[in-house]
Amino acid sequence: MGEKPSVSMVEEVLSVYPEKARKLRAKHIVVKEEGCSCAIKSNIKCVPGLMTARGCAYAGAKGVVWGPIKDMIHISHGPIGCGYYSWGARRNLTRGIVGVESFSPMMFSSDFSESNIVYGGDKKLEKVLREAKELFPSVQGISVCSECPVGLIGDDIESVAKKMNKELEIPIVPVRCEGFRGISQSLGHHIANDAVRDYLLGKKERPEEVGPYDISLIGDYNIGGDVWSSKKILEEMGLNVKNVWTGDGTVEGMMAAHQVKLNLIHCYRSMNYICRHMEETYGIPWLEFNFFGPTKIKESIRKIAAQFDETIQKKGEEVIAKYEPLMQAVIDKYRPRLEGKKVMLFVGGLRPRHVIGAYEDLGMEVVGTGYEFAHKDDYDRTFPAMKDETIIYDDATEHELDQFVNRIRPDLIGSGIKEKYVFEKMGFPFRQMHSWDYSGPYHGYDGFPIFARDMDIAINSPTRALARAPWKKDKEV
Amino acid sequence: MRQIAIYGKGGIGKSTTTQNTVAALAEMGKRVMIVGCDPKADSTRLILNSKAQTSVMDLAREKGTVEDLELDDVLYTGFGGIRCAESGGPEPGVGCAGRGVITAINFLEENGAYTPDLDYVFYDVLGDVVCGGFAMPIRENKAQEIYIVCSGEMMAMYAANNISKGILKYATSGGVRLGGLICNSRNTDKEYELIDELAKRLGTQMIHFLPRDNEVQRAELRRMTVIQYNDKHPQADEYRALAKKIDENKKLVVPTPLTMDELEELLMAFGIIEDEETAAAKLG
Repeated sequence: MGEKPSVSMVEEVLSVYPEKARKLRAKHIVVKEEGCSCAIKSNIKCVPGLMTARGCAYAGAKGVVWGPIKDMIHISHGPIGCGYYSWGARRNLTRGIVGVESFSPMMFSSDFSESNIVYGGDKKLEKVLREAKELFPSVQGISVCSECPVGLIGDDIESVAKKMNKELEIPIVPVRCEGFRGISQSLGHHIANDAVRDYLLGKKERPEEVGPYDISLIGDYNIGGDVWSSKKILEEMGLNVKNVWTGDGTVEGMMAAHQVKLNLIHCYRSMNYICRHMEETYGIPWLEFNFFGPTKIKESIRKIAAQFDETIQKKGEEVIAKYEPLMQAVIDKYRPRLEGKKVMLFVGGLRPRHVIGAYEDLGMEVVGTGYEFAHKDDYDRTFPAMKDETIIYDDATEHELDQFVNRIRPDLIGSGIKEKYVFEKMGFPFRQMHSWDYSGPYHGYDGFPIFARDMDIAINSPTRALARAPWKKDKEV
Repeated sequence: MRQIAIYGKGGIGKSTTTQNTVAALAEMGKRVMIVGCDPKADSTRLILNSKAQTSVMDLAREKGTVEDLELDDVLYTGFGGIRCAESGGPEPGVGCAGRGVITAINFLEENGAYTPDLDYVFYDVLGDVVCGGFAMPIRENKAQEIYIVCSGEMMAMYAANNISKGILKYATSGGVRLGGLICNSRNTDKEYELIDELAKRLGTQMIHFLPRDNEVQRAELRRMTVIQYNDKHPQADEYRALAKKIDENKKLVVPTPLTMDELEELLMAFGIIEDEETAAAKLG
């Protein structure tokens, strides 16, 4: 049996650090207890020497925000590694013929070499852009996502973009997301939002008038098909999803995104910037929602419907009524197998808080959660969702996560690829909560049965009983 | 093999001084290589009696990568058997010239340009130590000895002091030392005394005072050093004197750079700039 998170446990785990590091890290970990002030430090740079799970600005801009826009080519501008190793890792699915309507499954890099650094890469970039359009004439736009060296040598990708925009007659978007900027991928999201604002948003007007039920779905990257199951609910409610940012998204959708009545935002961290901008500039209100698990979906449907007239509200109730029995069947099937199981999470933008409800629907309890790169406003939204005697960790280091897991001994861990095999080798059931572990979708009514099944597979798989430690095997031999 | 780097403010005459001095060393029977570390690639033309030679980076650009180059393509031999290489680099305003210097020097090292028979390698480095790339010649296992070309002009002295700060940084991590200031005269007031004093304050010496002489320009117009163009001219003897002093120089120091205030006080003491009271009195 594991122990309950406590202040003394945190102190013991941190005690191995040098004094300065210990003091710094202590501010990033909070045990939620009755009457705790729940003040947590976040969005500051990592402590050198402590292993972080964070990414960089390029990861945030190219990997998260721009990458999923399907009818664009996204050029990783710089040496080959950044592009190659971020290729296809995020599972943002798209519909459409690859190479004609969708370029997301492909990887484009300007493949910088020594002479591009010495002589500058602007001419090569021009050539790459020209070639991309020539090879894929149906491409609707090209983003140029800067890697570190481009910023270091001061290449003027903006002027190349301007020139090639005229020549190729499609939007060419320079994204200055050099990895060394900022302290995590979070700044990359912001930079990417700003680039959308400056180069796409509002650049196109749809001829038809904005309908009363026209909305944008923002901050859903279609991991394993999430967008499609979320969209299904919204459309069944009678809403008209004009654009998706950016999973399975299109250039045209982004350009005309100012022509909607409401912005619905799922991943607040990565897309709140553009929502605020649209609110200030175009007067479009925005609303956060949560489509993980039937309880949160129901709440969200009602919250969204309340923004519209009775027609939508009525349809919203109908949607709830239609799916509730199906969801109850899922709960009836899995809850008995999962009841009381403890979960620890460590993920990215929204999941450390958004999936709590879905676990609770299955009778499970999230005893620890944390974000790689969240800000204060994310934690303000997280503390109320957590019960007492739980632990919240910001930018948890390898050592901390390792130790917390070892002492709390949860029944399931939800985190990323960097954590997966470490914990599986330690014998803990694990699910990747960035990529849905090659499964999904987890959003919406379509996603919940898959979510429930996957958690059950992880925890109750009989393979665990078959796995034996080598030293135990030796004894038998 | 002694490896020497020549630094100094842009336009001060580093390349001219280096090539004339190297020509004098060659005349003494020394085997020398010059490595030009400036995208302008004008560090070897007086030795090769040519326009700018093909540089490492230019050829690398032409052939695609630096791995495709042969040493013979970029290492030329000129007056007095002096071997010449130029790093080359981008046009002003694009790319990274500093990285070009690093790439070129690595290429020369890996391809055996530094043969044991060499007595001297001279690095002629662009204007100022603007980034890590231009400090490449003074990083570990390269130039151990620096000479700064300067004149009695204020900005040249500022630059000399700044370069000394750069040397100080690398002196602690590596073994680089300052060998002295070379005063390339601009005929400014009290120039000899001023540079002599600056050298003392920096903890070094004014190794030689090169008088101004138009014979240098006449030789340059013909893409030659004075040594080659008119070896009987007194200016040729000045370069021979400098070469001999460098050859015999044992005074290699870690410099003691001045603060801005100290430098200005020095200039005031020599009447180059006025103190505030004198300036106010003049204004009435």
